[in-house]
Amino acid sequence: MTEALTDTRAHDDELEDEFEDELGGAGQQQPAPRLQRKTAPIVPSQNIAGRALVLVIAIMTFLSCLTLGAVTLVRDTASVWENQISREATIQIKPAEGLDMEAALETAARIAGEFAGVSSTRIVDRAATARLLEPWLGSGLNIDELPVPRLVIVTIDQTSPPDFGAMRAAITPKVATATLDDHRTWVDRLVAMARTTVTIGTGVLVLMLAATVLSVVFATRGAMAGNGHIIEVLHFVGAEAGFIASEFRRHFLLTGMKGAAAGGVAAVLVFIIFSWWSSLNLATPEADQATALFGNFAIGVNGYLGVAVIVAVIGALTAATSHFTVVNYLGDIDVQHPERM
Amino acid sequence: MIRFENVGLRYGMGPEILRDISFHIPERSFQFLSGPSGAGKTTLLRLLFLSLKPTRGLISVFGKDRSRITRTELPLMRRRIGVVFQDFRLLDHMTTYENVALPLRVRGREEASYRTDVTELLKWVGLGERMHVLPPVLSGGEKQRAAIARALIEQPEILLADEPTGNVDPPLARRLLRLFIELNRLGTAVVIATHDLGLMDQVDARRMILAGGRLDIYD
Repeated sequence: MTEALTDTRAHDDELEDEFEDELGGAGQQQPAPRLQRKTAPIVPSQNIAGRALVLVIAIMTFLSCLTLGAVTLVRDTASVWENQISREATIQIKPAEGLDMEAALETAARIAGEFAGVSSTRIVDRAATARLLEPWLGSGLNIDELPVPRLVIVTIDQTSPPDFGAMRAAITPKVATATLDDHRTWVDRLVAMARTTVTIGTGVLVLMLAATVLSVVFATRGAMAGNGHIIEVLHFVGAEAGFIASEFRRHFLLTGMKGAAAGGVAAVLVFIIFSWWSSLNLATPEADQATALFGNFAIGVNGYLGVAVIVAVIGALTAATSHFTVVNYLGDIDVQHPERM
Repeated sequence: MIRFENVGLRYGMGPEILRDISFHIPERSFQFLSGPSGAGKTTLLRLLFLSLKPTRGLISVFGKDRSRITRTELPLMRRRIGVVFQDFRLLDHMTTYENVALPLRVRGREEASYRTDVTELLKWVGLGERMHVLPPVLSGGEKQRAAIARALIEQPEILLADEPTGNVDPPLARRLLRLFIELNRLGTAVVIATHDLGLMDQVDARRMILAGGRLDIYD
């Protein structure tokens, strides 16, 4: 074009003059051209729909990450409960006529201690037993005046627990009033409760992620709707479908990552603040209660990794949605719309 | 260059909008496409621009059968056809310069390789002083010229213009017409869709008149 234009310089000057007349002497009246700015991106960086999309993505990511963190917390805490309870077993010896309680306690502790898988045994002494009963019977209790059962705490090696059946069979003939409680009932209940809690939490997380996916898809399509004219222009000036799709994909990947990162960081901050608050109030009854229920509010490496995965997946999802929207739009452009062009 | 033989077109199950259209657009030719509103001018331009497929008949573009042009080949063919839309279709977030350079940019060319060409062309259409202005600031005539420049930047073999003078006053319409004539003189075939009889009277060129879905040609 430039060469052809050079050949016809006389005509060009005449033509330029004509248009300058139309502008009324553009050189004089128009403001001086602005300094050359950085080339504008093909997809405009932000508009109202784009900002709304970032906000929607940030909020949904925040909620998803919170749900994920809560599920991680419950799962970890449930696992801790289970482990703590199953770390110990108790031998209870009831008083009986003619029973030498101290000797019976020693015998039971010795027999239990001989089993493989038992780390140690500990007899709960009179003073400790009195302290255990203090809330019900008051202080100054003479434990010998009452037929109070006594306990032997058996600490178990969790990696290879002992054979409780054999232990029970070994103790009962020697100490007739002894019963061995391996906390199996409690552990079973806790395991069932923990599994139910984690299942419910996982269900909530799945629903939350599904809601996030749908929100992100619809918000991206909404933001894309305002860019239809750009797709059309690019298409009509000869841009290949792959080029158009890649421009939008890149733009929406950045938009998605921006929103998702904001939501993810906010969620991580919430967990850090809770963890900090929990450690700050470590000795108070409220914090003890909260810690007993929820641990120390730390979501751990897996929780943080989960947040990072959610952020990456939402970014990728936004980019993929824009890609498929462009491809569908381009598929329609040459077929269905008689009013176009 | 472009040949239509007994071409017919209908949208979906509707009536046939174009019937038995046959014509040939030779290289370096200049023609008006006219007819009453709703006669199918824009539809015919869309067929010329490969934006539609005919429901019957044969269209040959640059020696290739339209029905055999694949989706991947379409962008390459379109780069040989310049099109000026009735509503300009300029992107508001890009300057005049960036809009005109867009066809080259989408081909992956570096800006340094086309900066001079774009600047020269903008000067040629009288927008040398307006190249760093955003389209919302441009007048109707300036937008029209920017749209024309964008259609020309890839040096197309044929230029299709849909009502290029529809939004400008008669003096500017005459000047735009001169621009098209000049372009044609440089070797580009031109098809101008218009229902402005006054504009057509200014040039002794072939007239293709669409009416009732049929095309009459007056050489």
